[in-house]
Amino acid sequence: MRRWNFALAAVTAASLLGAVGAFAEADKSIEGIEKYREALKDGNPAELFEASGEELWKKPAGPKNVSLEKCDLGLGAGVVAGAYAQLPRYFKDTDKVQDAESRVLTCMSTLQGVDVSKYVKAKWKSPERDDLNAIATYISGMSKDKPVKVSLAHPKEQAMYNLGKRMFYYQGGPHDFSCSTCHGQEGVRIRLQELPNIPTPKGAASGWTSWPAYRVSSGQMWGMQWRLADCFRQQRFPEPIYGSDVTIALSMFMAATANGAIMATPGIKR
Amino acid sequence: MKKTILILAAIAASAPAFAADTNWGKGAEDAAFKAMVHSSFREVGMATLSRLDQDATQAFCSDPKHADDKDAAKMRAKIEAENMATIKWPSDGKFLGDWKKGEKVAQSGRGLTSTDKPGQVNGGNCYNCHQISPKEISYGTIGPSLLHYGKLRPNNEETLKYTWGRIYNAKAYNACSNMPRGGHMGIITEEQIKDLMALLLDPQSPVNQ
Repeated sequence: MRRWNFALAAVTAASLLGAVGAFAEADKSIEGIEKYREALKDGNPAELFEASGEELWKKPAGPKNVSLEKCDLGLGAGVVAGAYAQLPRYFKDTDKVQDAESRVLTCMSTLQGVDVSKYVKAKWKSPERDDLNAIATYISGMSKDKPVKVSLAHPKEQAMYNLGKRMFYYQGGPHDFSCSTCHGQEGVRIRLQELPNIPTPKGAASGWTSWPAYRVSSGQMWGMQWRLADCFRQQRFPEPIYGSDVTIALSMFMAATANGAIMATPGIKR
Repeated sequence: MKKTILILAAIAASAPAFAADTNWGKGAEDAAFKAMVHSSFREVGMATLSRLDQDATQAFCSDPKHADDKDAAKMRAKIEAENMATIKWPSDGKFLGDWKKGEKVAQSGRGLTSTDKPGQVNGGNCYNCHQISPKEISYGTIGPSLLHYGKLRPNNEETLKYTWGRIYNAKAYNACSNMPRGGHMGIITEEQIKDLMALLLDPQSPVNQ
């Protein structure tokens, strides 16, 4: 409990600093935000979501009343530790490249007999999506401190990477935005938010290794699927379907570019 | 013989553009890529699937090589000319509105997302990428600083037209600029462009203090 109070105090202090320092340079503001992020890492509320995700993973559910514990996330049935750091990857049983979140849907369907279409169709902030975010948070936490190790050996993995790279530059909508508009240059910001330059290993690492993340501003836990969907929302694109190939392709492009970086999941963001 | 000339002409015309095209690699060829894009999205609110369909500018600029590759210079010039032709100048000949209203337009990033309501007033998104008024320290850096914009330029017709055109359709001046085409794409109204013009050029505006 003390941890939460500390986090709240840090938020209050940061906003006070923001008000007092209105005349300070933008660089100083960024420094302040960094300090506040550091302080928050001490008590990341993502831990709560990890715990509820683990519970959902281990609780028998669905028409078959079994848990997800036998789910194969790529390292064999039942192996969660280290799996997230090696996703997305090709899965023989589905003949598809899948990320953690789409793979969980597969396991819910095959192991538990759940009709996952309602999870795919659900809106963000719905109980269905909250469950998926919690499960992804739990899985990601089991790869914390592990190096990203994504394979491009299978032709479908290589194709997904190539598709992701092409998608990264795809412009559309009334604003002509692509991912690259904001994430294709070094050292730029939107307002005071610094933006990772995704096509570089350093930028990809900063984008990939800290999601799923707890967002302090909204009090929500976001997986990479939600992160990408909100990028597309701001791009004025229609919504990417949960687990669709566009989301896997972009994840593959980011993860493979980040290979070797250390997972810092679950993360915490403003 | 005629056929040969036609074919040669076709090759000559397409060769420069080809040389500058990115090879996206196996599995990301046009057909596979299009199939992925068209199966991966759903409409939400006003964010319709038609937004995935590109105009010539978007299609051209979706290849990062085209932004600065020498071989693509001719195509860039053509794209710029096409965008230049879309610019509508102020209907009453007046370029400058109210800088105070312009500041509000520059501050707002609202409008046209899947969660925005149709009919609401859109913003210009300006501060997301530009420094403008010295009073606003929360500004982005994707675009150049516009601080002292009017003070740094001659007060003449050319400045007015250039600035108007750049806001209305930035791609007329730089084919693959990151800046949205505010007027051409209907993001902001003529009135809002006038107000933004005043924010940048009015001597009373904090931008020029």
